[in-house]
Amino acid sequence: MLQLISLLVENKPGALMRVNGLLSARGFNIESLTVARTLDPELSRISLVVDIEPAQRAQVIKQMNKLVNVLQAQDLTEAPAVRRELLLLRVRSTQENRAAILKEAEIFGARAVDSSTDGFALEATGDPEKLDEFIEVMKSYGDIEVTRSGLVAVSLEAKKLKLAPPVKKDLEVESQSDGVLK
Amino acid sequence: MSGKLMNGARILLECLAREKVEVIFGYPGGVTLPLYDALYDDAMKHILVRHEQNACFAAEGFARATGKVGVCLATSGPGATNLITALVDALMDSIPVVAITGQVSTKLIGSDAFQEADTFGITRPCTKHNFLVKKLADLPQAIHEAFHLAASGRPGPVLVDIPKDVFQAEMHYTPVSSIHLPGYKVYTEGHAGQIRRAAQLIWESERPMVYAGGGILAAGASDELRQFVEKVDTPAVTTLMALGAMPSGHPNYISMPGMHGSYAANMAMTETDLIIALGVRFDDRVTGRLAAFAPHAKVIHVDIDPAEIGKNRAADVPIVGDVKKVLDKLNEALAEAPQKLEKNAPAREAWRSRVNTWKREHPYDADFTSPQEIKPQHLMAEIDRLSGGEAIVTSDVGQHQMWAAQLIRFNHPRLWINSGGLGAMGFGLPAAIGAQFARPDKLVFSIVGDGGFQMAIPELATIANHALPIKIIIMNNGHLGMVRQWQELFYNNRLSSVQLDSFPDPEKLAGAYGFKGSTVDSPLQLRAALEAAVREPGPYLLNVRVTPFENVYPMVPAGGAINEMVLGPVQPVEVA
Repeated sequence: MLQLISLLVENKPGALMRVNGLLSARGFNIESLTVARTLDPELSRISLVVDIEPAQRAQVIKQMNKLVNVLQAQDLTEAPAVRRELLLLRVRSTQENRAAILKEAEIFGARAVDSSTDGFALEATGDPEKLDEFIEVMKSYGDIEVTRSGLVAVSLEAKKLKLAPPVKKDLEVESQSDGVLK
Repeated sequence: MSGKLMNGARILLECLAREKVEVIFGYPGGVTLPLYDALYDDAMKHILVRHEQNACFAAEGFARATGKVGVCLATSGPGATNLITALVDALMDSIPVVAITGQVSTKLIGSDAFQEADTFGITRPCTKHNFLVKKLADLPQAIHEAFHLAASGRPGPVLVDIPKDVFQAEMHYTPVSSIHLPGYKVYTEGHAGQIRRAAQLIWESERPMVYAGGGILAAGASDELRQFVEKVDTPAVTTLMALGAMPSGHPNYISMPGMHGSYAANMAMTETDLIIALGVRFDDRVTGRLAAFAPHAKVIHVDIDPAEIGKNRAADVPIVGDVKKVLDKLNEALAEAPQKLEKNAPAREAWRSRVNTWKREHPYDADFTSPQEIKPQHLMAEIDRLSGGEAIVTSDVGQHQMWAAQLIRFNHPRLWINSGGLGAMGFGLPAAIGAQFARPDKLVFSIVGDGGFQMAIPELATIANHALPIKIIIMNNGHLGMVRQWQELFYNNRLSSVQLDSFPDPEKLAGAYGFKGSTVDSPLQLRAALEAAVREPGPYLLNVRVTPFENVYPMVPAGGAINEMVLGPVQPVEVA
């Protein structure tokens, strides 16, 4: 069953490897994955869709929360959240159907981002099902090529971010003291 | 800039000194040359082992014997890859280890340079966390973070990979005053409401029992555990990882549960109405067939790792916390209302007496009196007699491990040292090296099979080198005994590649390293041979020829429920 997970991670080399490794070690296939910096440049947001057996879903979230580079892992599969995906699509067109393609794109809220004598490059956002439909429609006009971003999501619930506080390291002077000062 | 100008190698040693590291087990190589140069005139003790895997096993032995972080050191490429088995071993058993590896210079990383391996990538799933330090400025932080991660929460191995040019670079060093790992959250206190609910379940229970594991050792909670067990007057089992967490002779103690656990432990686990699980993970070797495990029981599960709770068995009362603190609070809650504990006292007393009957009527296989051949159980009983519950015993993996766990008593935690989760052969001997360095005052037995011993033979040199008075006891049955047992029982006795011929002459072998060794094969001489080994001031290699076809019982067949134990050979062998 597909599970949508949103992770806030430290923007460090290896952070993605740890998340990915946790899934691949259990033989779970990642359907889509996006990573980008957040407002705080030291943090990144990962949105990932992964095929996980229902019995293992809670365990996977717990294991992700255990990763040192992960600040928060949330299961958004059934949580209130906005989910969107970006689609870039190139469609070859004939001289006759150019207007029809643009009209169809408009219905789906897509827009042309490049135009040439061969056809158009179109950009659309929406939920995956809507994008599937858009792709089906565009196929009927000619050869298409598609790149999808994978799902990105934002939770609609304000979940408080719990962080671990800094840990003091005793300074040399203290550890070398003769016990009088302490 | 303030601080003394130092190179990375010296800064690393400063950081280790600040972490109060006493000893490093390691093996040098090309990229760690700058570090070994710094070690040349440093106060840090470095023990040169004969294989990197054993450096990490020795660090584990040190950590398991003390609870302190064990430290090992290896070079890049093959040095780092040789650590893998021992890192996973430490991960499986939650043992605090910091492994430091050299890496090729930063400019060469990714170029297939000589002795380059992607240590950071390879060790990611083998460690609790790992670091690749590409700038000297980041080194002190990484080292202190590594020690913090290794020792706190659920302990585990942490690896720090350091390129050669980082060892060589210089900077003005100022000790770091704090570290910050915002994503590393450890909950130690235990939820007050859940602790109250736990007390309630204990009050209501008629057949409670304690199932305690390695978490008790990690938290240093043996005293609290004993208080709790005595207060509730419940039967208690400890897992293979936690032998000694309860003194073996304690009246409430009924040994370990699971595949080769005691009859009483497995029956009690099956009949109990409340499992109080303390620092355990419901491992498959303990639970047997999970669906049939403890069918009547509610579960209170205390663990510092939230991911362990509900992983294999759902918990009625989950408590995330340090088991020492939680037990303290539970003990307090129980003390506040002694009358509530009284209510079910008669039922609990009947339960205790039932469990005691199981314990009395089904001790571990005790028939080890064969006039011709030494029975493995006889060997363990004799070692037990010499130890009196006080010696450190490291074991390897297999039949001897199970017999030792069953028959040798431990009065304290951290005396029994074995590879539990991973079951890594070759562990016993190097672990004894680490344990003996940690506890020079202690008698250390390293009980190994003839298989695992031969995986670790190079370390005889390390033992000889430092004249470590380890008593190496080889339980020699000429076979990979546990695999042979399974082939006999489940593969029609088709013994495939389990016979270990050409075992070296132990006296000559030990002699080649400059210490004493001998073989004993008569039950009548066994005691004297063991006593002679213990009397010897230095190391001793005692090869004990035991009867080759003995099987470990009780045994829960794979996939069986733990109350479906096989208690002994199905058809007793007729003695002519």
